[in-house]
Amino acid sequence: MTARADTIRGWGFAAPALVWTAAFFVVPFVVMAAMSLATLDGRTLIWGLHPDNYLELASKAYLARAIVVSLEITLTVTVVSVMLAYPLAWIIAFRIPPRWQRLALLLAILPFWTSYVVRSYAWLLVLARDGVVNQALLGIGLIDEPLTLANTRFATVTGFVHFFVMLLTLTIYANLVQLSPNYRKAAADLGANAFQTFRHVVLPLTLPGIMTGAFLTFVLCIGDYITPQILGGNTELTVPQVIMVQLGRRADFPLASALAVVLMGLVTLAYLVMSRWLRLDRL
Amino acid sequence: MTRTLLPLVYGSAAFVFIYLPVAALVLFSFQDGTLPVPPFEGPSLRWYADVLADDDLTAALLNSLGVALLSASVAVTLGFTAAYGLARHRLPGTALLRALLIAPLTVSYLIVGLGLLIVLQRIGIGLSLWTAGIGHVVINLPLCFAIIYASMGAQNVNAERAARDLGAREAQVVLLVTVPMLAPAILAAFFLSITLSWDEFIIAFLLTRFDVTLPVEIWSMLRSGLSPRLNAIGSLVFLVSVTAVILLELVVFRRRS
Repeated sequence: MTARADTIRGWGFAAPALVWTAAFFVVPFVVMAAMSLATLDGRTLIWGLHPDNYLELASKAYLARAIVVSLEITLTVTVVSVMLAYPLAWIIAFRIPPRWQRLALLLAILPFWTSYVVRSYAWLLVLARDGVVNQALLGIGLIDEPLTLANTRFATVTGFVHFFVMLLTLTIYANLVQLSPNYRKAAADLGANAFQTFRHVVLPLTLPGIMTGAFLTFVLCIGDYITPQILGGNTELTVPQVIMVQLGRRADFPLASALAVVLMGLVTLAYLVMSRWLRLDRL
Repeated sequence: MTRTLLPLVYGSAAFVFIYLPVAALVLFSFQDGTLPVPPFEGPSLRWYADVLADDDLTAALLNSLGVALLSASVAVTLGFTAAYGLARHRLPGTALLRALLIAPLTVSYLIVGLGLLIVLQRIGIGLSLWTAGIGHVVINLPLCFAIIYASMGAQNVNAERAARDLGAREAQVVLLVTVPMLAPAILAAFFLSITLSWDEFIIAFLLTRFDVTLPVEIWSMLRSGLSPRLNAIGSLVFLVSVTAVILLELVVFRRRS
């Protein structure tokens, strides 16, 4: 087969997926970006290069507030999830006999596969005023009045952390088992104690994996609508929630698009900050 | 002492945290009363009977299964052909094409859904299960492509070349040599796509109108507050997902090792 015929055949195989991605991802994305620069005159859409939506983002307090709330929640969730998941992945990788590790890991992340909506609902159940946690605390006499746990930022963060601890346990575990045991043995031979080995050998070697997991957490967390909507109540809104409000009640597609562009901007910013540690090709 | 005790305590605490919501969900699905909170009364199967007799829910469940199966099939087919074309043929700008195919992974589902919603409204295509399925293919295609492309190692090339030398046409090589050799990766991509589509909410919410998928139906039930009905349907959904994951583990990963 000539090189030319080979290339033509190659296009034939790749074309359906490329056309699909172009038609249903790239085109909608470009239209959405253009929409963010359109403006509404009453109910009529006017295309063009209008900065109105972005000016509105800067001037309306509740819109700017949503960006701050989203960032605060996402950063909290990312840091807490990494710190909780790392020890768990460590225990599975180094304290559980190899033949049981796969089972332990499967069990540790099984609830990961519960549907998004159902998982948030389940936390509502646990954190409700007369839910499991409050009843247990009242039962052992630790509190006299039920705590307000549901419909708070605490509930949103808990729901998120639950999901991302499982995701991060998986990615950090994958990093830890790839690490040759010789590094840890060498450190021990050179007189390092357990903490020093961790601080100076294991942690630096697993940092790219941690950062990749943290970035994934950031991206998925900041774009999620369900968890804050079900668990967070309506005292404060995140960016995805505000986008959905614009789409639903007000049918303000230009403003929703501008918010979506801002969301993309935040993800890009996170990528730039973290890019020196990221190994996305290893995902 | 602390070497074994501390990991044991931490591990147990982590498992309690991870399983607490699932345990509450499943336990109170057997509640005999009308509120899914302590004290537990029962066990009773009344809410499962209630859920299975609900026509809206069973319709949504069938819709979800249909969308998941069809969109996963399309995503895995497109992902495979693209991976084969890029890995086995010389195409100009392969790195760019790969980046284009992977790109939807880096964008929130909400943004994928919003973009599609805007375009569909502009060109006047009504929302339906089909449009939600298109969205699900968009999010699953990059995963299918990446998984299958990563497994297109050099060792398979020789088998394909041998088949070609023995006179097989390209279609025969693909169907009789490449696909069977890549079966674990193809199955993994297929099961993963099914699970993700089955659970997906926001795209399905934005892109369906009258017939909806199960997560959207559950969402609308949620507005009326806590109910053991939701526990029952949630437990069933969890059971389906777990079955898919365990099948994946048994069928795909057992064979590989």
